[in-house]
Amino acid sequence: MTTAHGIQSAAWLLIALPLLSAGVLLVAGRRADKWAHVVGAAVPVVLFGYAVMLFFSVKGEGNREINLHLYSWIPVAGFKVDAGLLIDPLSMVFVLLITGVGSLIHIYAVGYMAHDEGRRRFFGYFNYFIAVMLLLVLANSYLALYVGWEGVGLASYLLISFYYSRNIAATAGNKAFFANRVGDVGLSIAIMIMFAYVGSTSYADVLYGDTQLTKGVATAIGFMLLLGACGKSGQFPLQTWLPDAMEGPTPVSALIHAATMVTAGVYLIARSAPVFDVSQAARTAVVVVGAITLLYGCVCGCGQDDLKRVLAYSTVSQIGYMFLAVGLGPGVYAIGIIHLVGHGFFKAALFLSAGSVMHAMNDRIDMRRFGGLFRVMPITYGVFVCGYLAIIGFPLATGFWTKDKIIEAALDKGGTSGWVLGVVALAGAGLTAFYMTRALVMTFHGERRWEDDVHPHEASRSMTYPMIALGVLSLVGGYLLIFGGGLQHWLTPSVGPSVEEGVHTVSTLVLTAITLVVVALGVLGGWVAFGRKPVPISQPVGVSPVTTAARRNIYADAFNEMVLQRPGQWLSRALVYFDNRGVDGAVTGLAAGFGGGSARLKRTQTGFVRSYALSMLGGTIAVVAVLLAVRFQ
Amino acid sequence: MTPTYYLVLSAALFTIGAVGVLVRRNAIVVFMCVELMLNAVNLSLVTFARVNGSLDGQIMAFFVMVVAAAEVVIGLAIIMSIFRTRRSASVDDANLLKY
Repeated sequence: MTTAHGIQSAAWLLIALPLLSAGVLLVAGRRADKWAHVVGAAVPVVLFGYAVMLFFSVKGEGNREINLHLYSWIPVAGFKVDAGLLIDPLSMVFVLLITGVGSLIHIYAVGYMAHDEGRRRFFGYFNYFIAVMLLLVLANSYLALYVGWEGVGLASYLLISFYYSRNIAATAGNKAFFANRVGDVGLSIAIMIMFAYVGSTSYADVLYGDTQLTKGVATAIGFMLLLGACGKSGQFPLQTWLPDAMEGPTPVSALIHAATMVTAGVYLIARSAPVFDVSQAARTAVVVVGAITLLYGCVCGCGQDDLKRVLAYSTVSQIGYMFLAVGLGPGVYAIGIIHLVGHGFFKAALFLSAGSVMHAMNDRIDMRRFGGLFRVMPITYGVFVCGYLAIIGFPLATGFWTKDKIIEAALDKGGTSGWVLGVVALAGAGLTAFYMTRALVMTFHGERRWEDDVHPHEASRSMTYPMIALGVLSLVGGYLLIFGGGLQHWLTPSVGPSVEEGVHTVSTLVLTAITLVVVALGVLGGWVAFGRKPVPISQPVGVSPVTTAARRNIYADAFNEMVLQRPGQWLSRALVYFDNRGVDGAVTGLAAGFGGGSARLKRTQTGFVRSYALSMLGGTIAVVAVLLAVRFQ
Repeated sequence: MTPTYYLVLSAALFTIGAVGVLVRRNAIVVFMCVELMLNAVNLSLVTFARVNGSLDGQIMAFFVMVVAAAEVVIGLAIIMSIFRTRRSASVDDANLLKY
């Protein structure tokens, strides 16, 4: 760990600058409407430029883990938390991804939001997101990470419900917020456990400090971190919010809910690698969550008609791959991170082209009303195909390099579990090919099923250029990342060396061939089912139970409603009833009792002096009688 | 001397007074009955003072007389004003102060 010097000392600007511009854009009001998008889009570009310089500066260091102490944040007696940034290979990868892809999507959003009244507000939120996301990945303690973590949660909420006047968008925002709350509780408990057992929350003390975590503590922390990661990354069982999050503007779906924020869970687990190294149970849980989510996302993706939802489920499933990779343990972390970066490229490309389609089709997103768009939108089609090839793992495209490695690593785990995971990952690849082919065919090929008032056209240049850049990255990015083991070596100081040259269960060549066959089968299946015959305009009824389940996201929403929401409602209703009848009843009953009693008692005040005199006499006689009784008992 | 006669007389006077207060409606009569009760008590106070050979009871009786005199003044004034406004001296008619 070295101390920051030179250009590295200015790393705090990565957070301060977008935060400042977000503040300016949100506070300035309507007078900023004219130039807000220029400032908003310029900031991430500037940050990317700085991040590249920072990258080379870090690259030149002998020890590539640089600590930048900012100030003493919470100096309370025994509890001392310093605010500081950790610039190391892992955080550097994220900084470059966030600012790089973020810049492209910001530029895209200039065109996409051009006719939207809320463009200034949009860019304010977007810059705010960049600031807190960079804080999340640059923090050098779990407590500072938590601030960023909550910050991106807020950004996500604000941007999902950006069209807040639409009920469905507001509901989707709430849903995301609640699901994230469940995860955040896990993360905060993990931080409390760290403080209780280690007395500090900084990475240096918790992960590499003198205090050795016992197995029990590490398991507890690991499970709580996993819960937090599941909430943020849309993993089973907290995955239901992510597809609904597509109610936000498409650049939001591309940047926050595909390329960067939702991968924060993967970052958290990769960052906490030493904790998971101690606890085998927590590690197994990560793998299981990843495998379940991977298949879940694929199956749901096959049943959706909304293009953005298909992509959302594919995000869920691709992050499942990443969880699988980081859960497999030492040597595979780097592969998970590589897939994360590659996914950032191709998923952003897919979402941006989906946004371009949506833009052209008057904001309609139902794939059953698309079809034949490849002639009118050649650039969008080209970018989508690039993303498509990358995600299904077409030879030499990004997914081919990154996803296949995960399948390989899963099989290399060995034993029965290795085979199960390998087959699950392989099946996921086939299903991915199937539903992506379905989306491609339904959107761009076949006959035109447009509604009458739709006149699709290619988008403006501020939208197409970033799309093209991301499309090219989707094709060649994976090779660049994996070239000569570049990224694996770069990440070694953070997550340990990558074990590529281990003993393979199945030789690389055979496995690649098998994977390609499975993918080809998926593509063929998708084309046979949707490419050869006309696609009906409305959803076919009387379909198989599997299709129904996939359309209803395998009843996850129904399950949540039955098991969580309904009992919650019943509980709250019972509490309201108890409050009204029980608590309020006791209070009002007591008051009514006193009121009625006094109303009766006051009848004795007749106004007749002689009756008062009689009661006085009676009282006196009673007192005398008691005295006598006591005296002569 | 035996105090019995005096005490019996005192009790009799007190009883007459108490019954008078309870059964008569005329304010003047009720008033006189109250005086009768006071004086019955005075009699017993003086009697016990004599029996015990101490002056405490007699001094107490003086106090009662003083209070009774003051009370007569105020009481009669009240009865007079009630009579003037309501043309009646019945205590049952003056029952406005009630629930």
